[in-house]
Amino acid sequence: MTWLVDGLSGLALLCGAFFVIVGGAGLLRMPDFYTRMHAAGVTDTLGAGLILLGLMLQGGWTLITVKLLLILIFLWLTSPTASHALVRAALSDPQNPPPLLHEDIHSVPSPSSSTHLSEGERIEQAK
Amino acid sequence: MLRILGLWSFYAGLWLVLSGYFDIPLLLVFGALSCVLAVFIAWRVERADPEDHPLHLKVGPQIILYWPWLLWQIVLANLDVAKRILDPQLPVSPTLITLKPTQRSEMGQVIYANSITLTPGTITTSLSDGILEVHALTREAADSLLEGDMDRRVAALERSNA
Amino acid sequence: MFAVTALGILICMVLAMSRALLGPTVYDRIMAVNAFGTKTVLIIAVLGFMSGRPDFMDIALVYALINFIGTIAVLKFIRYGDMGWPRNVPDEPDDL
Repeated sequence: MTWLVDGLSGLALLCGAFFVIVGGAGLLRMPDFYTRMHAAGVTDTLGAGLILLGLMLQGGWTLITVKLLLILIFLWLTSPTASHALVRAALSDPQNPPPLLHEDIHSVPSPSSSTHLSEGERIEQAK
Repeated sequence: MLRILGLWSFYAGLWLVLSGYFDIPLLLVFGALSCVLAVFIAWRVERADPEDHPLHLKVGPQIILYWPWLLWQIVLANLDVAKRILDPQLPVSPTLITLKPTQRSEMGQVIYANSITLTPGTITTSLSDGILEVHALTREAADSLLEGDMDRRVAALERSNA
Repeated sequence: MFAVTALGILICMVLAMSRALLGPTVYDRIMAVNAFGTKTVLIIAVLGFMSGRPDFMDIALVYALINFIGTIAVLKFIRYGDMGWPRNVPDEPDDL
C-alpha cells in the first residue's frame, strides 16, 4: 500500500512543479498585466494545490496533514481576494494603462488610423 | 451567547490543531485563556465593523456537492490556460464582459464572484449593484461564463427562505 | 522527489522575480511579489519534509498569512499614499 501512496504523492508533486513552472513562464510571456494575473492564478490554484496534496499524502494521518490542509484552504481563500484587490486597484488607477483587449491585439499590426487602432498603439507604446 | 461560545470552540479547535498539545494541563489552560482573549478582540472588532457571522451562512448543504464540481472546473481551466501559455503562438484573446448574476442574496453573489476569480482564466474586476464585471483571458472562457452554468449552480445553493 | 519539486518552485521563483524586476507597472511588481510569496510558502513546506522537520509547516502557515496581508497593505499604500484611514479621498471610500 505504501508504494501506491508514494507513487501518487510523487506524481502530484511532479505535476504541481510542472504547473508552477508553467505559471511562472506565463508571468513572463503574457502581453499585459491583466493577462499575467491569469498566469499567476495557475500557480496559485493547481500548482500549489497539487504540491500540498503530494505533501499531505507523504504526511499521512498526522497533524502535519491538518496543517497542510489549513495552508491550502487559506491559500485558496486569499488568492482570489488578493487577485481581485490587485485588478480592482489597477483598473481604478488612471495612470495605469487600460487592459489590452482582443480587438487591440488583432488590430495593432495594421497601420490604418481608426480611433480604435490608435488606442491599441497607445497601449503598445505605454508598455 | 451562542455565537460567542461557537467562536470560542472554533478558536479552541484551531489552537489544538496548530499547537499539537493535548495532555499538558498548564498549556491547555493557557490555550483556553488565549482563545478567550481572541474572542474578546473579535467582539471589539465586530462592534467597530459589524458583519454577518460566518457561521450564519445563508447557503444550503448542497455546497458539499458544489465544491467537487468547482474543483473539477478549476482543473479544466488550469489545463486550458497552461496549454495556451506553452503554445508558442500565445493564443490569448483578453475580453472584458459584464454579467448579471441571478443570485438574490449578497452571499450567493460573493460565492459566484469568488468562484469566477478562483478559476484561472477569469477574474472578477468589480461587483456592485448586482452587476459583475469579468476580465477573461480568452473569448471561450468569457463565452462559457455567459452561458451561465456556474451561475445556475451557485443560485441553486441559496436556500429558498434566505 | 522533494528535490525535483523544490527545483521547480525555485525556477518559478526566479521567473517571478524577473517579472518583478522588469515591471513595467507597479501592479506587475506587486503581483510578482505576491506570486513569489506563495512560492515561498510552498518551498518552506517542501524543505520541511526534505529535512524531516515538520515544524516548518507552522512557519509556512504564518508566511501565507503575512504574504496576503502584506499584499493588501502595499496595495492600500500605493492607492492612498499612507496607511491611515482614507478619509480625505472623496471617491470610492470603500475601495480595496
